[in-house]
Amino acid sequence: MAAALSRENIVGFLARQGILVAFALFIIGFTIANDRFLDPDNVLGVIRSSAILGMMALGVTFVVISGNLDLSVGSMMSFSTIVVLDLHDKIGPTLAIPAMFGMTLALGAFIGFLVGYLKLNSLIVTLGMLSAIHGLTLTYSGGKNMDIDDKAGTWFDVFGQGEIVGIPVPILIFALLAAILGIALAKTPFGRKVYAVGGNGTAATFSGIRRARVVFTCYLISAFCVATAGLIQAGRSLGSQNTVGQGMELEVLAAVILGGASLMGGAGTIFRTVIGVLILGFIQNGLLLVGLQFYVQYVVTWIIIILAVWLDIAGKRGRLWSPIA
Amino acid sequence: MSGQTPALRLEGIVKTFPGVRALDDVSFDVLPGEVHALMGENGAGKSTLMKVLGGIYQPDAGRIFVGEEPVVMTSPLQAKGLGIVFIHQELSLAEELTVAENVFLGELPRKSFGRVDWARLHARTDEILGKLRVGFDARARVGDLSVANQQMVEIARALTVDAKAVIFDEPTASLTDAEKVVLFDVIADLRRDGVGIIYISHRMEEIFRITDRISVLRDGQHRGTVKTAETDEEAVTQLMIGRKLDLSRNVSHHELGDVALEVRNLSCGELFQDVTFEVRRGEVVGFYGLVGAGRTEIAETLFGLRDPSAGEIRLDGEAVRIHSPHDAIARGISLVPEDRKGQGLVLGMNCRDNMTLPQVDDLKAGPFVADGAEIAIFDQYRDRLDIRTPGWKQQVGNLSGGNQQKIVLGKWLSMHPSVLIVDEPTRGIDVGSKAEIHNLIRDLAAQGYAVIVISSEMPEVLHVSDRIVAMFSGRVNRTFTSDEVTEDNLIQAISGLSNDKVA
Repeated sequence: MAAALSRENIVGFLARQGILVAFALFIIGFTIANDRFLDPDNVLGVIRSSAILGMMALGVTFVVISGNLDLSVGSMMSFSTIVVLDLHDKIGPTLAIPAMFGMTLALGAFIGFLVGYLKLNSLIVTLGMLSAIHGLTLTYSGGKNMDIDDKAGTWFDVFGQGEIVGIPVPILIFALLAAILGIALAKTPFGRKVYAVGGNGTAATFSGIRRARVVFTCYLISAFCVATAGLIQAGRSLGSQNTVGQGMELEVLAAVILGGASLMGGAGTIFRTVIGVLILGFIQNGLLLVGLQFYVQYVVTWIIIILAVWLDIAGKRGRLWSPIA
Repeated sequence: MSGQTPALRLEGIVKTFPGVRALDDVSFDVLPGEVHALMGENGAGKSTLMKVLGGIYQPDAGRIFVGEEPVVMTSPLQAKGLGIVFIHQELSLAEELTVAENVFLGELPRKSFGRVDWARLHARTDEILGKLRVGFDARARVGDLSVANQQMVEIARALTVDAKAVIFDEPTASLTDAEKVVLFDVIADLRRDGVGIIYISHRMEEIFRITDRISVLRDGQHRGTVKTAETDEEAVTQLMIGRKLDLSRNVSHHELGDVALEVRNLSCGELFQDVTFEVRRGEVVGFYGLVGAGRTEIAETLFGLRDPSAGEIRLDGEAVRIHSPHDAIARGISLVPEDRKGQGLVLGMNCRDNMTLPQVDDLKAGPFVADGAEIAIFDQYRDRLDIRTPGWKQQVGNLSGGNQQKIVLGKWLSMHPSVLIVDEPTRGIDVGSKAEIHNLIRDLAAQGYAVIVISSEMPEVLHVSDRIVAMFSGRVNRTFTSDEVTEDNLIQAISGLSNDKVA
């Protein structure tokens, strides 16, 4: 197997597994730079703080593989958080949670209707919804922060702060959601249809797949993930600003792209999105541990995304640079 | 011609990919002023050889010479600089730009301060267009031109350099007969100017009309080079497929069953009007007509992609309304679409997943897709259709056109449709696969399928059909049985001549 180490093979390997290689290198690098990096408490802390972002990224993975974008998840998460906190005091947590899920799913259904059935461009629709939902949240809250009155007397904090056998609840919920959605995407007929619709929507239609329905469902899944993230966010501090999710849509998208999902649709997996989420989380944590300013992470994150995108296209054309696209 | 230095020579080219020896010691040359055909089935190595020549792939062994000079090709642009020009089957033009801008794209003549010298640009372009004897000028917008004329723009582009060798890759795939004549004149002109021409095509008739020599590749190996004047179609076909091909006309020998599909006075706006026909089980009905005669649109209407404006569709005697492909499939209608890559396949998906896509909802084990059932279906149709692929995990985009088409056929056959519509079943496919697909269509009819074949190739329609519906300008002009049809009356019927129309 003399050909095993040819240039094409190396480029191909990097393009396929580059994300894992990069992840390993970062872990090794930060471990050498700071011995607290691999400390179990630190690791658990990173995963825990990545869980909210991660849940949103799971849903957005479906949307991206189906060939669309969802930039509304950040402001939708603010909406869910504010709504559930407000309803907590009005109708009690047991009713507040399903009510909040219902309202968030309604927003997802609306976006899914516009993008799936009316076939409007998802960038325009969700960028508009980013702003519209923010307005909706502010209207709902009257612009004020939302707090639970009796913070000591509620079990609601279990979602944000609870632990089961020593593992924080946010991590458990993230893991559970990732497992369910990962299997749904990889193993069910619906998952197959998501790939087909994103890979070639016309061919999917010609195969009898009801494309609008698939896209609609992807946005519902995204909204469900956002609602779950909002629940955890609300349970974490039992109070929240209106802008808690602001800017997260880009971080979520970054994690999904880092994981290797194609913005053209048709490619990506839940497992790789989880890796993307963890990379973002560990890099941000590592940069802090080695003493760099918090702001540096924005630049580093961007560089990593560019690298990921480059490797992605390099893998598709079999070389790092090509005169033809 | 012997003793002359070839315009271009490839020597001992070897190229391997993981698991495949795509080119195995292939040598090939073209002399100045010669038209040299490169033939072979899809997957034989033609495209790989041309990609090596264009510097897109680097060969594992072997050398390339332009004239006497050994060269290392790194990109199509560099090849062009050396006088080696490619004219591709799939056009690569900027539709929003003018003909002149496209022809000199990247090398527009300049005046001072980098301003484009429009006068010189248009003059030089018109000069080249004059040679090509085309009916448009340098200022026309490329997007407004017909496909044939766009092809002429590609050729004009090739003529801007001092070409030593020009490679035509399936240039006539989308040309009408009249347009082909113009293309062949252009090739004759080029050859008179001493340019070497490599002509890649599946169409025997053209090969024998315009080439001097024919080289055949099979399974990545050079199987022989013959002088066109000293051989015939049968011999070349045998070289290509390594066996004899049965080209005899197929007529039905089995009993026809009940009427499976009945279409009454079907219209769809401007696209087609008042179309009436029926298809029985065990019967192949061919639809023949010029591009734009409404054939594909009828298929799309039957498949639920268009809503009819009037008329009736009956399946097994029952009037049905079909609003989507989903409905159509549920009613037992399958469509193998015209555009394999755009409509038939998800190229980034593997072979198996493509094949089972329409029935993925029915192949369940609990909530999951049943892996085993899927692989069983794939294996069954891979064997039945002789699909050549390393395995079901192979991405469909990596297969040759013929194998891709077989995947699409397998996808729809595995649905066991009661009506199978096949639109341009062999477009851009090699002779061997073509014959296999024709035989398959006949087999399907013998098994009791009702089949509609839409084709722009007369031999194909004549070969596979029990009856032929001739369309002209959105209407059924005449329906022939296989006994009464001849090439002449079929051509008359699709040209709108109907003096001998029979009720």
